[in-house]
Formats: sequence, C-alpha cells, structure tokens
Amino acid sequence: MVTNVTSFGRSGLSDFVLQRVTAVILALYTLCVVGYFLTAGELSHQALVGFFGGTAMKVFSTMAIFATVAHAWIGLWTIGTDYIRPHYFGGVATTARFIYQAVCIVMLFIYTVWALQIFWSL
Amino acid sequence: MSTDRSAKGAAHRPVNLDLTQFSFPFAALASITHRITGVILFGAIGFLLWWFGEATSSPEGFAAVAGSGSFKFLVWLILCAVSYHFFAGIKHLLLDFHIADTIEGGELAAKIAVGLAAVTSLLLGIWIW
Repeated sequence: MVTNVTSFGRSGLSDFVLQRVTAVILALYTLCVVGYFLTAGELSHQALVGFFGGTAMKVFSTMAIFATVAHAWIGLWTIGTDYIRPHYFGGVATTARFIYQAVCIVMLFIYTVWALQIFWSL
Repeated sequence: MSTDRSAKGAAHRPVNLDLTQFSFPFAALASITHRITGVILFGAIGFLLWWFGEATSSPEGFAAVAGSGSFKFLVWLILCAVSYHFFAGIKHLLLDFHIADTIEGGELAAKIAVGLAAVTSLLLGIWIW
C-alpha cells in the first residue's frame, strides 16, 4: 500500500529530525563562510581558491551540499503539499504538484553535481 | 487493519482549510516569510554556484563577477533572505524545545527574529557598499 510519495526519509518524524539537523549544519556553514568573507580583507581569485580549496573546507562544503538537498527537499515538498492542492488548484492539483516536485528534484540534482564539480576541482 | 486506520484518520483530517479566509497574526506572517525566503534561497543557489564557479575559475573570471554592476545588489538581496531564514530558523529550533511557544512568546520571538534580520541586513548592506 502506498501511503506517502513525498517524504525524504522513512517517515514524517525522520523528515522532521533531518530538517533540523541539516538546518544546524547549514547555519554553521553559513557562519563559517560569511565569517570568512567578513574577515578575509581584500578578496581575490587566489584567496577564494586558497580558502575553499583546503581539504577541510572541501569536506565541509560537501556536507553543506548534501544538507542542502535534504533540507530544501523537505521544505519544498511541505510547501507543495500545503498549497498545491485541489482546494486551490481543482482537478489539476495532483498533476501540478507532481510537476512541481519533479522540477524541484531535477534542480536539486543539477545543483548537487554542479556544486561537487566546482568544489572538488578547486 | 492499517487500511481501516488510514481511512479513519483521513476522515478526521481538516483537509479544506481555506488560507485565503484567515486573518494572519504577526507570528504567522513571519512563518510564511520564512517559507518564502526558503524558496528564494533555493533559486539563489544557482546564482551562487554560477558566481562562485566563475570567480574560482581564473583571476579574469573573478574580475568579471566582482566587476558586474548588479552583483553587489543581488548578493545583498540573497544575504537579506539568508539572514531572515537564519534567525527565523533558530526561532523554529527554539520552539521545538518549547521556548517561546505560547501565543505571546511566539509573537515576541517573531518580532525579535524580524528585528535581528533587519539589523543584520542593514549591516551587511553597509559592509557590501
């Protein structure tokens, strides 16, 4: 029996926890990157590659990429199921939501591969 | 058994809440803004990756990104969304620990989050220009 085609993890509770754990990872990554930009002084191509090209930052960036995928997907499916429903969209709601979710997944996949390629070729 | 339970559960769910009929308190508007900034940030990832990829590809690429006229403004807009999503997100994490989860507390926490995001956005703007 199909009960759910939207969640990221196994259950709503799993998604709830993932949403929060990934939020903390992304908050720390944001503080780290913004902190770097605030304290780095004059930015240059060399400085960027020097900072983000270190192994520790590559691993942290990769963690942030995967955290973004889980976090964004859970947020986006929640929004989709809250607003793209028959009450507002009538008979096309399910089709519209399916297309919306498919677009979100394709974009997240492109972001992931693109980001990994950028960060790991530094 | 599970079929019965899900049928019963479905019958008890309020599935037809019409959001256009609601009057939204401040905390609700703050929550919706958190969602909107989340969607904006999802779209912003593409721009950030594009700029970052260009800027790290070569010194010429860096100069092209840093020198473009709309770059600073767009980065500031994204940082505004980041700071709001950041502070409102921390508020949501605190709610999970039952901090500020009363009506009055939620209202105050929402105002604090909006205030902190506004101040941070202003400071980031000053820093950028």
